[in-house]
Amino acid sequence: MEIPYTVEPRPDTGVYNAKLGIWLFLASEVMLFGALFSSYVLLRVGATTWPHGYEHLNIPLATVNTVVLITSSVTMVMSWASLAMKNLRKYRVYMGATVGLACVFLVIKGFEYAAKFEHGLYPSESTFMAIYFTLTGLHGLHIIGGIIVNCYLLGPGSRMWKTDPARFTNRVEIAGLYWHFVDLVWIFLFPVLYLL
Amino acid sequence: METASAESVRKHVRVYVTVFVALMALTLITVAISTLHLGTTAAILVALFIASLKASLVAAYFMHLISEKKLIYAALTLTVVLLLVLMLLPVSHFADRGL
Repeated sequence: MEIPYTVEPRPDTGVYNAKLGIWLFLASEVMLFGALFSSYVLLRVGATTWPHGYEHLNIPLATVNTVVLITSSVTMVMSWASLAMKNLRKYRVYMGATVGLACVFLVIKGFEYAAKFEHGLYPSESTFMAIYFTLTGLHGLHIIGGIIVNCYLLGPGSRMWKTDPARFTNRVEIAGLYWHFVDLVWIFLFPVLYLL
Repeated sequence: METASAESVRKHVRVYVTVFVALMALTLITVAISTLHLGTTAAILVALFIASLKASLVAAYFMHLISEKKLIYAALTLTVVLLLVLMLLPVSHFADRGL
C-alpha cells in the first residue's frame, strides 16, 4: 500500500503527513519532559535544602557537552540543507558529523556518570541526584534513539535518495526536527541542573 | 519547506551559521553569569531567560517554526497552554498548603 502525502502537502493540513506526525509526537514529548520539570520544581521548592549544581556536578564538562550538542544541531540542519541543494556527498559528511557529535556527547556524559558513581553518588543519594539521573538519563535515551535513526538515514536508509529524493529529504527534515528537540531539552536541562 | 529552492536554501545556510554563533555566545554568557553567584531568584530569572532565548532560536530557525503552517502553530499553542498548566501545578500545591 502506498503511503499518501509523503512529499506533497495534504490539502487540508497544508503539510506532508510525516511533518504533522512528528510535531504531534514532539508535543507529547513536551508533556513528558514538562511533567519531569514540573516535578523538579515541586521537589526543589518543597525541599528544606537544595544543593547548587556546581557543588556536585562538573560544569566545564557540561558546557563542552552543550557546545557539542548545539554543533550537532547545526550539522543536522546542514545535512538537510545539503539534500535540498541536491548534494548527497555533503549530506553524508554533515550527517556523519551529527552522529559523531552525538556519540561524543554520550561519551562525555558517561565520564560524568562514572565520576558520580566513583564518589558513591547514586540516584538514592539525595532528591537532587535522583532527579538529576532521571532527567539526564531520559535525555540520554533520546540521544541514543536519535543516533539509531540518523545511522539508518546515513546508511541503508539513504538508498531512497536514488528512488525518491524528495521523500528522503523530508525524512531527514523529520529526523532533524526530533534532533533539534533533543537539543532544546538539553538547553533547559543544562542551566536548571548545573547552573542553578 | 517542501518547495525550498536551492537559492533559498543557500540563504537559510547563512542564517544557520548566524544562529549557531548566537547560541555559542549565549551558552558562554549563561555560564559566565552563573560564576557571579547572584541571588537565587535573580539567577533563576536570568538563566531561564537566556535558555528561553536559545530555545526560541533553535525552534524558529533550525525547526523552521518561523515559517510553518497554521495547523502546526495551532497544535503547538495547545501544547504550550498544557505545559503552562503542568508547570503551575506545583504552585497550586503550595497555595493549598498556605505557603
